[in-house]
Amino acid sequence: MNAWRQPGCWLTWLGLLAGGLAVVVVRDNTVRELAFTLLMFAALASSLNIMMGYTGYVNFGHIVFFGLGGYTGFYLISQHGWSLYPAVLVGGLAAAALAGFLGSAILRLRGAYFALATIGINEAARAFVNNFTPFGGPTGMFVNFSAYAEYGGAAQALWLTYALLLAITILTLILSGMVKYSRFGLGLMGIREDEDAAVVMGVSAPRFKTAAYALSALAPGMVGTLYFFKNGNVEPGDAFRLNMSIEMLVMVMLGGQGTVLGPVLGAVTYERLRGYLLTSPLFKNLHLAFAGLALLLIVLFVPTGVVGWLRARFPRLRRLLA
Amino acid sequence: MEQVLASLLDGLLLGFVYGMAAMGLSLIWGVMRVINLSHGAIMALGMFATYFLFTVLGINPYLALLVVAALGLVFGFAVYGIAVHRVIDAPHLSSLLATFSVNMIILGVGTAVFTTSPRNIDFPLGSVQIGPLTLQGTRLIAALVTMITTATLYLFLYRTYPGKSIRAVANNRASAELMGIPSARVLALSFGIGTMLAALAGGLISTFFPFTILSGDAYQPRSFVICVLGGLGDPLGALLGGLILGMMEGLIPTFMPVSWVPVVEFVLFVLILLFRPSGLLGAR
Repeated sequence: MNAWRQPGCWLTWLGLLAGGLAVVVVRDNTVRELAFTLLMFAALASSLNIMMGYTGYVNFGHIVFFGLGGYTGFYLISQHGWSLYPAVLVGGLAAAALAGFLGSAILRLRGAYFALATIGINEAARAFVNNFTPFGGPTGMFVNFSAYAEYGGAAQALWLTYALLLAITILTLILSGMVKYSRFGLGLMGIREDEDAAVVMGVSAPRFKTAAYALSALAPGMVGTLYFFKNGNVEPGDAFRLNMSIEMLVMVMLGGQGTVLGPVLGAVTYERLRGYLLTSPLFKNLHLAFAGLALLLIVLFVPTGVVGWLRARFPRLRRLLA
Repeated sequence: MEQVLASLLDGLLLGFVYGMAAMGLSLIWGVMRVINLSHGAIMALGMFATYFLFTVLGINPYLALLVVAALGLVFGFAVYGIAVHRVIDAPHLSSLLATFSVNMIILGVGTAVFTTSPRNIDFPLGSVQIGPLTLQGTRLIAALVTMITTATLYLFLYRTYPGKSIRAVANNRASAELMGIPSARVLALSFGIGTMLAALAGGLISTFFPFTILSGDAYQPRSFVICVLGGLGDPLGALLGGLILGMMEGLIPTFMPVSWVPVVEFVLFVLILLFRPSGLLGAR
């Protein structure tokens, strides 16, 4: 496992762990809520990066895995009385299985065609959940407040979801690092640079792409279950926000696609920026336009993102920026 | 049976407009291999341009379409120059994200300026009675406008020098450049024509449905489905695809809940991408 020998990976992992634990030490609810959002986006952006950064396939429907995984996990908790831990696991596995299944069909498509198909998946998934009665149709589902008693009351349950999210985020980043520095990751990057050449060199492109797609769906499914458990309810409008798919794209591009640290950096920066824009009276209606402008400038002028730019500008930092 | 025939015809007429929107998308893809993800937003801008020309200046909406077309062309030049030209040779990721960010900017600014309350153009044209069938005047005119636009587009592409340049660049950009065709200008022109068609389609849709700045989101995925039906890069195929999709949208609700229409459309979309990626008309 080469990732374990990369100081850059360790810096990212330990930095995140330190930041996450600091919140536990402070024990302040406002700080925890903020950290929850940041960690959630860091996990989502990092998992998207496996598909988008390493493999070079744009996925406009990453939120589908968050929504459907979350729906599955939440369904098990609220309708079948499952405990949180197995539900989170099953939520993630269900999302990964769905991605594996979808991927084996649509990943025969290349580049732009795949991107189009993912937009379609998003629409279809929302339409499906809206019409699917076991998931509550358009009104969704909720958990009884008493369900939180099992975890030592609602206040305690919030800290528990936070701790679980921190663990999932760090595991996602470890997965991201391990993929990047493995033979599998090299194959993915070969596909990104030139799919035909990669196939000629013996990379089984459809299989690699499907595996990357399934791996990238694991974290969103788990995070989705946690998020909806924390909220206490789930509904289609909340679960399939196309905007969030796009914001994740912006985060990955901002921080630096194809790096381990980039998506985390992008998620934190974007989320703080958005928080500022939403509360400032001048920009609060324009935050989508602002995100669009940021994305356009990045795509046009710094397509490698902050981390990529730093790596190119300061060659000595390369070892530290994975 | 009459009911089915009526919905079929209704859908068919609507399909003309869908086809026109998809033609723009298809043209842009065919010439520069860029999928324009701001297509829906530009359609919405076309709706708003028609709306304001009608309500504020009192111009007949169909006359206003001429202005909308000109605005659409100029807007397309601007989008091409600002967002697309730099990434035209970059991987697909870049051009997808660049046009997508244009989409976000339009929607973001549009939501702030126009809000999302629905508007509509109140300009009824009555209806035509053919036997047991009633056809709405607005839709008949829309179909007519589409046919005229398509004919003009083909005359332009096959009979004029700039049109022939567009086809040359679509065929092989490097050779076209060697023959002295200024490819940057030709690409900008094709992008402009693509957005012009989107804006026109938007303007026509605004004459029969209420709309908001976000309405484009409903039509853009349809344009993708249509392009794939007709074969990406083939404008006439796109028109045919539009007619097929329009008829499907007319027919499906007669035997299934309306909310399943997107699911059916999407399944069709993926199946065609998988089994006939060159479209129904395209060569194997």
